[in-house]
Amino acid sequence: MRWCSFRRSPVVENAPPQPMFRFTRTPIEPQALRAQLADPACGGYAAFEGWVRDSHEGRRVRRLEYEAFEVLAVREGERILAEAIARFGVAHAACLHRVGELSIAELAVWVGVSAPHRAEAFEACRYIIDEVKHRLPIWKKEHYLSGDSGWVNCERCAAPAAHAAEVSAAPASVRHAHEHGH
Amino acid sequence: MAGTPGSGHASVPPLYGLVLAGGRSTRMRRDKAALAYRGRTQLERAMALLDGRVERTYVSVRAEQRAEPLRARFPQIVDTLADVGPVAGLLAAQAQHPEAAWLVLACDLPLLDGATLAHLLRARDPARTATAYRSSHDGLPEPLCAIYEPRSREPLSAYLAAGKQCPRKFLAGTDTLLLDEPNPRALDNINTPEEYGSAMATLTAQSSATTRHVTVQYYALLREQAGRREEALVTAARTPRELYSELAARYPFSLAPEVLRVAINAEFGEWSTPLEDGDAVVFIPPVAGG
Repeated sequence: MRWCSFRRSPVVENAPPQPMFRFTRTPIEPQALRAQLADPACGGYAAFEGWVRDSHEGRRVRRLEYEAFEVLAVREGERILAEAIARFGVAHAACLHRVGELSIAELAVWVGVSAPHRAEAFEACRYIIDEVKHRLPIWKKEHYLSGDSGWVNCERCAAPAAHAAEVSAAPASVRHAHEHGH
Repeated sequence: MAGTPGSGHASVPPLYGLVLAGGRSTRMRRDKAALAYRGRTQLERAMALLDGRVERTYVSVRAEQRAEPLRARFPQIVDTLADVGPVAGLLAAQAQHPEAAWLVLACDLPLLDGATLAHLLRARDPARTATAYRSSHDGLPEPLCAIYEPRSREPLSAYLAAGKQCPRKFLAGTDTLLLDEPNPRALDNINTPEEYGSAMATLTAQSSATTRHVTVQYYALLREQAGRREEALVTAARTPRELYSELAARYPFSLAPEVLRVAINAEFGEWSTPLEDGDAVVFIPPVAGG
């Protein structure tokens, strides 16, 4: 799931100075994104790719669907990147997140960081993906081989007692409860 | 000799804003600058009220408060005198910018409104030592929503050197232009938890006077359960909490408010933030990015 590489030779291109968080509806191309982080002052580059896995909590997953409240997610995502830059002293940080329908093995999210040295690049990369998972208004719906589906982290949160009547009135596809996925 | 506004002379001193946040909040037992009303701290509200009405805005702090996160977000002027009350902040500001007139605001005026500030600015007389409101309670000058001209600096320093600190008596003893308050409750200050509660109730009552037009966007599970992505509503709900209850009665929502977050106008907000006309509200189900 995680791969890293280290750049030791000077590069020609200049990286964009601003932190960048974006969404995309088309497949993520990490090579092109990596080039945006190139910087002659940087000796280290770390990236994280999140891939669509074929199982979750023991259930076989057929495909995924991502949805985002994009305006707020971009704002908060930019804040996370700025925090990573300030906290770890890295030079550049970027994150690209897919929305829409995804198949097994596709890239769901890419995080890239370049820095003078590797340690801060690793740390910043880890920080960004962890914060992205917890803070951004992005939702994942899993479609299972068995034919049903569920919103990750939402089904188990269904209100008990007070909302019981409403829950039973919901369609089967959203009534299914499963474990939180972390 | 100072000119008057519109006289065409360049001699009207520039007006800067100073929010006094260096108090010790002894009776409140909590930092008054950090008390929240309608989702924003009092310091942020005071700074926002000044924004666009004066040329620059500063927050007045004691030296030990400089790094406090709320105060660190704004340009600061640090007290150089200790234990002389609110006058310390004004004198420090005047020392830093003696050429400017200062619109001084206390940090405990939750009911202060734009109309009250606008009236003070319109009526300002730069030829006087100060322009201030006459208290609707006791007729004395209100010193902490007032404009102090540059010419107030010398008599104020002399007043302090004579061992006096009370800014009300200082204003009462000079040629201060005194105005009647357009809104008699605007300058009610709060010093105790009880007064804070009363101010909150007043603000909530003000915001509940009418129904509001709001839009709601739905995402993920809530979108499916509402059967729509977005809708425009006229609602009597005063807060996102009340709005969610209203919607939960209409749609088969399975998520309790405890597991949701709220966004208002595309920023994270609070369940208790009073809704305003035109707000765009999003209820955020548990997230699962990455």
